[in-house]
Amino acid sequence: MKKGLPLILVFICGILGIIQYFAPHPVVQDTDNFFRNNLLKILAAFALVLGLGSLLKVHMDKIKRKRENWQYSWVLIIVFIITSIIGLFGGVTGEGPLPTRIGSFSFDNQTIYDNVIVPLGSTMFALLAFFMASAAYRAFRARSTEATLLLASAFIVMLGVLPLGDRISPHLPSFAQWIMDVPNVAGQRGILIGVAFGILATALKIILGIERSWLGGGGE
Amino acid sequence: MNISLDPWIWISALLTVSIFSFLYRDNPFYRFAEHIFVGVANGWAVTFYWHNILVPSLFDPLFRRGQLLLIIPFIIGILYLTRFIPRVSWLVRIPIGITMGYYVGASIPADVQAYIIKQTQGTILTSQNFQAWNAGNMGVVWSIILFVGVICTLSYFYFSKEHKGVLGITSRIGIIFVMIGFGAAFGYTVMARISLLIGRLQFLLGDWLGVIH
Repeated sequence: MKKGLPLILVFICGILGIIQYFAPHPVVQDTDNFFRNNLLKILAAFALVLGLGSLLKVHMDKIKRKRENWQYSWVLIIVFIITSIIGLFGGVTGEGPLPTRIGSFSFDNQTIYDNVIVPLGSTMFALLAFFMASAAYRAFRARSTEATLLLASAFIVMLGVLPLGDRISPHLPSFAQWIMDVPNVAGQRGILIGVAFGILATALKIILGIERSWLGGGGE
Repeated sequence: MNISLDPWIWISALLTVSIFSFLYRDNPFYRFAEHIFVGVANGWAVTFYWHNILVPSLFDPLFRRGQLLLIIPFIIGILYLTRFIPRVSWLVRIPIGITMGYYVGASIPADVQAYIIKQTQGTILTSQNFQAWNAGNMGVVWSIILFVGVICTLSYFYFSKEHKGVLGITSRIGIIFVMIGFGAAFGYTVMARISLLIGRLQFLLGDWLGVIH
């Protein structure tokens, strides 16, 4: 029951996921429509609740046991609660019952998104430029033919998209584009086709109940 | 120099500088900004799911318009929360099984179509593919290189036979294409990150400090 029922559900839902592409029958299409537009969307929202519950549990535990840097967990929890209250009761753009404006200072959910989440997200990714450059400096050594090819193609592509590349040679940008369009596509496409076969095999294993690691531990 | 007086610009700028301070080393400013990011992002996600999914797709139709069929997703969704009750925590497998089963099933035809059929169509040597390059006669050459590259790359990942003889040669050519592809992907990713970095520097020096326009 504990494992059998979920395995049966995976099989039934997996078959529905496949046949909706091939069966135009209204029963199949309506069921698929219900799955896509209602059931799975709602389940995703509840999955978020589970994820948030786990996040808060981890940080509450950190505070309770006074683990290293536990003070920052308070920052996370307080900021999370404030943002949630503003969003839930103030609406996305301040149309809710909670006032989200003091004078000319607005703090509605959209403003928070534009001024905190977007800049912090792009800064986090921008930070990776330094770490990638530093890792590349340490790892990229032309020790073999393959490593030299990797180094050369990365270097040409990087130079090709810069204005400097055009200054070095007017042919460099088009050569960089050729690398992106021909040998790069050949390599990536070969990998992609292989990955697709891997996905196919794993998907079938999950639907047929051969792959069961997603069930986790626990009783039968 | 024309420093901004907008409080939100100051908040964004100070958080941006705090994150960049990690380049020196891990420090309290970075950790503070990092935890703010996680807290705000999750708080925003709560709002997004509430206003865009739970209210319009579940609570309004179920409790105001009486669409009782929606009680099914509501109950199945609640089962996610049994994860926190050890005695019945196995019930969490039901919503996970439904979600995973459907998406895994739907991915089979979609992936076969997108990653196998379409990619093969783009690789085989046809006059249509020759012209797709807009490179005149060279289109034939590029198509042949692409075709050979894909076949050789696939042969490199064929591990059921030892890479000797013909397979040894093709897999050797295949790894050349793979390495060029990895290098190009790496270069492109680095430049995308550099572009983001330029965006942040423009914000700090332009919007915040007003040094550049």
